[in-house]
Amino acid sequence: MDIIIYGIINSVSLALMAVGFTLVYGVSRLPNFAHGALYVLTGYLTWILMNRAGLNYVFSAIIALGLTGLIGAAMYQLVLIRVRGMPISEIIASYAIGLAILEGLRWGGLKGGTFRLPPFIEGSVSIFGVSVDFQRLFVVILGAAIMGALWLFVNSTKLGLALKGMAQDERAAMTLGIDSDRMAVTATAIGSILAGAAAIILLPLGSIVVESGYHVLIMAVAVCIVGGLGSWTGAVMAAFIIGFAQIITVVYFGAHYQVVVALLAIVVTLISRPSGLFGRQKELEERV
Amino acid sequence: MSGSKGDRRKERVDRGIKVRSDSVYAISSWREITYLVAPRLALILVLAVAPFILSAAPYWQRVVSIICVYSLLAMGFDFLANYVGLVSLGGGFYVGVGAYAAALLNTYVGLPPVITIPMATLLGAAICTVLFLPCLPLRGVYFAIVSLMYPLLAARIIEALDIFGGTDGILGVDGFSNVWVEQYFLVLCVLVMVFALRRLVEEDIGLVFRGVKDNDQAVKASGININEYKALGVFIASALGCLGGACLTHMYMWAGLSQFALDFSIIPIAATVVGGGGTLVGPVLGCMILVPVSELLRDFGSLRIAVYSIVLTAFIVFKSEGIMTYAARKYEQFERWAEI
Repeated sequence: MDIIIYGIINSVSLALMAVGFTLVYGVSRLPNFAHGALYVLTGYLTWILMNRAGLNYVFSAIIALGLTGLIGAAMYQLVLIRVRGMPISEIIASYAIGLAILEGLRWGGLKGGTFRLPPFIEGSVSIFGVSVDFQRLFVVILGAAIMGALWLFVNSTKLGLALKGMAQDERAAMTLGIDSDRMAVTATAIGSILAGAAAIILLPLGSIVVESGYHVLIMAVAVCIVGGLGSWTGAVMAAFIIGFAQIITVVYFGAHYQVVVALLAIVVTLISRPSGLFGRQKELEERV
Repeated sequence: MSGSKGDRRKERVDRGIKVRSDSVYAISSWREITYLVAPRLALILVLAVAPFILSAAPYWQRVVSIICVYSLLAMGFDFLANYVGLVSLGGGFYVGVGAYAAALLNTYVGLPPVITIPMATLLGAAICTVLFLPCLPLRGVYFAIVSLMYPLLAARIIEALDIFGGTDGILGVDGFSNVWVEQYFLVLCVLVMVFALRRLVEEDIGLVFRGVKDNDQAVKASGININEYKALGVFIASALGCLGGACLTHMYMWAGLSQFALDFSIIPIAATVVGGGGTLVGPVLGCMILVPVSELLRDFGSLRIAVYSIVLTAFIVFKSEGIMTYAARKYEQFERWAEI
């Protein structure tokens, strides 16, 4: 029972980390290597707003999310737009921005366990004899809610459909009057906000540290590769596979090997099904 | 290209001396010979004289060695990214493997540095290549991502399993016999590698490498196994990294987890972008600029990496050709207004 419950929690956290990355890549074919940095940044901004500006939790979280969205959009509009279509430069530029944010924060004094976000509600509850604290319950509920909202947004709003159109066929979308650059900015902003939302939901479980930026980036990428880049169903499925695999490894082998699972999953996927679990043939051609 | 009236444009034309020295007339007079040799000689002279001049300040003398180590790494990155088409964000992995290989060979087997450095280079490169084999079919983004994970994971695994000295690292590695040996060995390595690699990419094999980068389907269609060439490319690049790592170990008489650190991954990339990708000399130039700056910023800790990243982004956005390409253009071509 432990394995099932903590497996679900872990899987939803992974899905939360990955969903923003998949969205940006799916829409604009841009690997946003600053994803992890935006995650940490949102947590830090929320902390600053709460503890230095004295705002309440909900309010500071919303402002931090808005700021992260703006930073994401600015990052695309000022830097990444100039290197579109040059994969090497895209990777290096976004990775460099991420590093600048992360190492800048580290220099600015973000280290150790002093930076903590409080959980939404203290306490824990017992489910089928397993004690789960409320925050972890919130992870699952809010995670599911965010996925659901995103699904609704993409499938039933005009903007969402435009993004979906871009993801499916950029040229056809352009002939229908969808502005490719504006959509890409929007997608980057939404992706950043999703990274931030993941941070606000997940960070109360631990403290805000720079290393989690790299961790989140790696996990997001692992999930996306296993699921097939740009495929959202795939990403969610992959999050569950890796999530459960990790928990099982922790229970039977020890926590040290948890990171190895991600790499192993990537390698096995790439060897056996290069386009990912839900990738299409077209993607196969461009990956391998 | 801002023409005043709109009916003129700037055009670039090769200098006469460049055209002459490209062909058999290169040795027609001292002028052509000088034109060809001067830039190459300048690099050799600068690297050869630097340890002498800086011997007055021992701290900065050490910096020459560090520049050389980073230059080796940056050349490897440049070669892999711009000639084979594999962007490796995990340069720290090569350094780490080379460093640990040299340290282990030295402390456990008891071999002297003369043997450990070449052995660590080849052995380390072989280990890196084997470990990267499953990822070689990957392209661009995917390879970048996976290579980024390697150094992080390696450090994590050594820490978790507590092998090779765990978090303390391996102490008591032999140093170079004196500082001059260390410096000139490294300078020699860098110079040999620069010229060897520049020669290599002009040979037939270099053509295949570029083919793999630009259009791997066409290379496949010619009946060439691209994975073999990618593996060879990774071997060459990781050999450069491992050589750097092995020298680093003997310089500091220590191998540890910090040799998998981010510095070794990001500085070579920054140096390549600043110096000019695809030139193979550019990365060396980039290191000569960035590493001293990094030493000046040493007191600021991780701000260094942030500074690099910003410089890197600025160069990618505003001057993506890099210093070396720019300088080469000015050296070889002139600009003039042409009527349209």
